[in-house]
Amino acid sequence: MYDLEDLYQEIVMDHNRRPRNFGEIKNPTNSADGFNPLCGDQIKLQLHLKDGLVADVAFSGVGCAISKSSASMMTEELKGKTLDHVENLFGAFRKMITRKPGDSYDADLLGDLEILQGISRYPARIKCATLAWHTLHSAIHDENEVVSTK
Amino acid sequence: MFDVEKIRGDFPILSKKVYGNPLVYLDNAATSQKPRQVIDSLVDYYENYNANVHRGVHTLSMEATDRFEEAREKVARFINAESSDLVMWTRNASESLNLIAYSWGEDNVHEGDEILLTPMEHHSNLVPWQELARRKNAVIKFIPMLENGTLNMGEVDDLITERTVLVSAVHMSNALGTINPVRELGEKAHRQGAKILVDGAQSVPHMPTNVQELDCDFLVFSGHKMLGPTGIGALYVKQDILNTMEPFLTGGEMVLEVSYQEASWADLPMRFEAGTPNIADSIGLGSAVDYLNNLGMENVRKHEKDLISYALNRFQEAGLEGMDLFGPDDPEIRGGVFSFNTVDVHPHDMGTFLDRMGIAVRTGHHCAMPLIRSLGVAATVRASFYLYNTEREVDILVDGVTEALRYFRDGSE
Ligand SMILES: Cc1ncc(COP(=O)(O)O)c(C=O)c1O
Repeated sequence: MYDLEDLYQEIVMDHNRRPRNFGEIKNPTNSADGFNPLCGDQIKLQLHLKDGLVADVAFSGVGCAISKSSASMMTEELKGKTLDHVENLFGAFRKMITRKPGDSYDADLLGDLEILQGISRYPARIKCATLAWHTLHSAIHDENEVVSTK
Repeated sequence: MFDVEKIRGDFPILSKKVYGNPLVYLDNAATSQKPRQVIDSLVDYYENYNANVHRGVHTLSMEATDRFEEAREKVARFINAESSDLVMWTRNASESLNLIAYSWGEDNVHEGDEILLTPMEHHSNLVPWQELARRKNAVIKFIPMLENGTLNMGEVDDLITERTVLVSAVHMSNALGTINPVRELGEKAHRQGAKILVDGAQSVPHMPTNVQELDCDFLVFSGHKMLGPTGIGALYVKQDILNTMEPFLTGGEMVLEVSYQEASWADLPMRFEAGTPNIADSIGLGSAVDYLNNLGMENVRKHEKDLISYALNRFQEAGLEGMDLFGPDDPEIRGGVFSFNTVDVHPHDMGTFLDRMGIAVRTGHHCAMPLIRSLGVAATVRASFYLYNTEREVDILVDGVTEALRYFRDGSE
């Protein structure tokens, strides 16, 4: 009704209400904490990396619908992927979210993550969508500090 | 006469539409909108008498100087300062606070000394003291807060010791709306020989302020929250304290006599105003003060007290499930600040949803991170009122919040 559907699509709302891979995993090899000081969103991301693949992943924390659903969708996308692939996804995702009107992005690579493309029109919400990804990056590279999307 | 519809007519921005809906501006604690009279005063300065002040013998410079000093007098009278020499221009409340922390703090705060604050301070009345305490090895203490968002005044006498040099408190909390008994805090501070600083950033715009009656040693506030332009704020300091304070910034305008080796300081208040001041915006703030005086600050306060009572009642009637309200229930000790949280809907989502209905609210920690954390939440939604807001706008807010809850809980319609 208020034209919010491009931001809060049905799938986004579903991930918000029933986040996937929410909680903790048994033997994490990597983990990181992310924090968005602007709105107080907090995320903890755990990974089990094996033979250069993401064997398992989980997240927990508090956040808005965008940050929660973005994290949830990200974890769905990651399982079984190589770290190289993950790195490419991160780049493509970031490019899509921060693009200017008219810029293109790699829809084929992004797959389901394309659902979040409308966020690029809400500058105040971009950090919500990228928090999980920045935290992922930190977890993989074992930067043992809290990621902050300032 | 306090005629809201007529007042609204003075604010050009209030006829703006956001996503096709009339703007409902409820972010006044962040900054207020400006009436035509203030906007015109800026244009008038630039078009008719733009010149530097205190330096020229030419006509324009003298007119600019007169109007600039006249604005200072207006602001001084507005807070009932003993003299306009005790009112210094700054950029905003934050700069005023930093000025005190450096000019007064450096000489008067020593190792082991104590500074007493409240837990609901804006970062601007917290971080400068943290930094000063770090430089001086001084100690910062906090007055405990009660469940209802008011100070536990019963503990204050024990907290103010012979080591306390300063009590600094927000008069009206920007996050909760709480109006603190700063006069009583001042009495307690003075009894132990400590100074009292009042952060008036939210009180000066919204209620009558009388520094002599408050008996405060320092008062800080910002022009942009009281219908004035951004970039201009003020600082009031009691005469005997000000006489002992060293300049904060040095250079042009603030000197009496300068040789290649040294300089002597100009009289008050220019001693604290190095460089070309913000002439246009000072004059604009003077014009904002005229506007507020015309309405009467008692009437402004009454209007906002009525609005917050109305909002509290309306939300209670609506009985929205999982809604937490913060701040005191009693409108007598609460300004027009309505802070809340809802289970299921994150403040950020609420803010975006309301924006789509044309309602501007603030979401987040309101520059009071430790306070918001102590409430056990990551963020709140804040609607804050001013003299041009109406009960109708409160109704729109209630409807908006109700719809947002439905939207996020049950899925989009
Ligand atoms: C209580 C309080 N103190 C200080 C400030 C700082 O004001 P400024 O940002 O204009 O310096 C604010 C502004 O939000 C405030 O609400």
